[in-house]
Amino acid sequence: MSALAKMVKVESKLFLRDSATVLFGVLFPTALLLVLGMIPALRESTPETGSLRSIDVWAPTALVFGMVMIAVQHIPVVIATYRERGILRRLSTTPVHPRNVLLAQMIVAFASVLVSSALMIFLAWAVLDIAPPERPFEFVVAVIAGYAALLGVGLISAAVVRTSSAANQIGTLLFVALMFFGGAFLPRVVMPDVLREIGEFIPPGLQALTAAWSVEAGELTATAGGQPFWPQIAIMAGIAVVTSAIAAKLFRWE
Amino acid sequence: MTALVVRNLHKRYGQHVAVDDVSFTVEEGEIFGIIGPNGAGKTTTVESIAGLRTPDSGSISVLGFDPIKDKAEVRERLGVQLQESSFPDAIKVYEALELYSSFYRNPADWRELMELLGLAEKRNTRYKALSGGQKQRLSIALALVGRPKIAILDELTTGLDPQARRDTWSLIERVRDTGVTILLVTHFMDEAERLSDRIAVIAGGRVAAVDTPEGLISQSSAAQQVRFRVSRPLDKRVLSELPEVSSVEIIDDRWRVTGSGQLLSSVAGALARAQVVAEDLRIDQRNLDDAFVAFTGRAPESSAHTEKKDA
Repeated sequence: MSALAKMVKVESKLFLRDSATVLFGVLFPTALLLVLGMIPALRESTPETGSLRSIDVWAPTALVFGMVMIAVQHIPVVIATYRERGILRRLSTTPVHPRNVLLAQMIVAFASVLVSSALMIFLAWAVLDIAPPERPFEFVVAVIAGYAALLGVGLISAAVVRTSSAANQIGTLLFVALMFFGGAFLPRVVMPDVLREIGEFIPPGLQALTAAWSVEAGELTATAGGQPFWPQIAIMAGIAVVTSAIAAKLFRWE
Repeated sequence: MTALVVRNLHKRYGQHVAVDDVSFTVEEGEIFGIIGPNGAGKTTTVESIAGLRTPDSGSISVLGFDPIKDKAEVRERLGVQLQESSFPDAIKVYEALELYSSFYRNPADWRELMELLGLAEKRNTRYKALSGGQKQRLSIALALVGRPKIAILDELTTGLDPQARRDTWSLIERVRDTGVTILLVTHFMDEAERLSDRIAVIAGGRVAAVDTPEGLISQSSAAQQVRFRVSRPLDKRVLSELPEVSSVEIIDDRWRVTGSGQLLSSVAGALARAQVVAEDLRIDQRNLDDAFVAFTGRAPESSAHTEKKDA
């Protein structure tokens, strides 16, 4: 087996042994959605949500929660720990390039987001009767582009912080900021237009995810001055490219 | 054949000169020790050999390859056990070995290595749950898993209990017997003396001396003393005229001979030629600690705490 494949295998095992991350990053978003879905008020439609229930419009936020958790909290902490404890340094004395560690981390993180999303979409449909994504292709593209952009932001943090506790603090700040635009504190459907428009530039791009999941919800959360779907994807892809380049430039092995 | 050549290595960090001018040569198949006070430049020297630091000037050749220019070639052939490096807490022993063996073109059988290092029973144990000695053995195993021609072992037994240290030493000798050249960095004089074929003493970023452990001890010309009683009267000049002897004191029938170099053997030889039997022969044995003090002007670090990086 190639070094990268072996590394992905080992990093996957390490990921699964880290119960806090599995719990919060992979299972918590689904649990959150299911619990909120039990609240009667959220199972009714409001003037803002038209014919949809509040929970239908809000569901993508739970997905964003898992994505942000893994990209800006989990990965930077793992890499900072590897740096702090000389694990990267040790790897850099072997023929394998430590770049493979990052690549392996990204692959594992991405797989975990796919699992987390699939689980959530399935249980949301089975338990809460939330329809699965109406535009599956656009949805997958929005998840990949949005997640790549988030990961880029996370990797900048991972590139420079020297200790795991610093990575944790930066991760928490980023988490709060990103989740604000991700609709965790103020659902996007009730956000003023200016916040909604800024939100189209904030990874992972809640508007694109919402619009791909449910056309009707997407129309409710869009703004008159906002970007259409594909330009939003282009913005996320652009953020992913720029942040990854910055992260690669700043990266320190020790 | 020459395994390693370091020539006029110089490395500074800002204003601080970590390595001033270090040169030495390591022959294939030897255990070459590097000793010196903290901050003398030992770690920076081995980090430069491992390609982790770019020297400001001077050259390094690892089996004919440059650690910076021929990174890939050097990394295939050089196994490294570094200070301040470790492995993820949750990784299991066999996973770490299997993973690291996948990095090399022609790896050793990691299962055999696991047996050799006495880790077979711990194959499913997570790194975090290993004892200090087991962690150290794993680290050595991982340094050897690529079938290196040269292994760098930096502060090999720091933090180990006496039994684990002795076990590690015999392990290193077995590894050397398989043909691996070993560069051993240590601040334990007993370790350097016991294992090394030759030792470089580094002080103030320079090589103060390179020799066998015995050579260093006698080269350091620290005064030695031999005390004994003689079975019958003997002319003082029999000993005082020996080149190694600096003074001879006789109190009643007790002789006290002070000198340097191969003092004991030359005194014993002279006594034998005079057909005198020495009784209660005692030698005030000089060891590497004394040589260390003589070359560096400082006492060897006796505490077991880890040496900090030179940076």
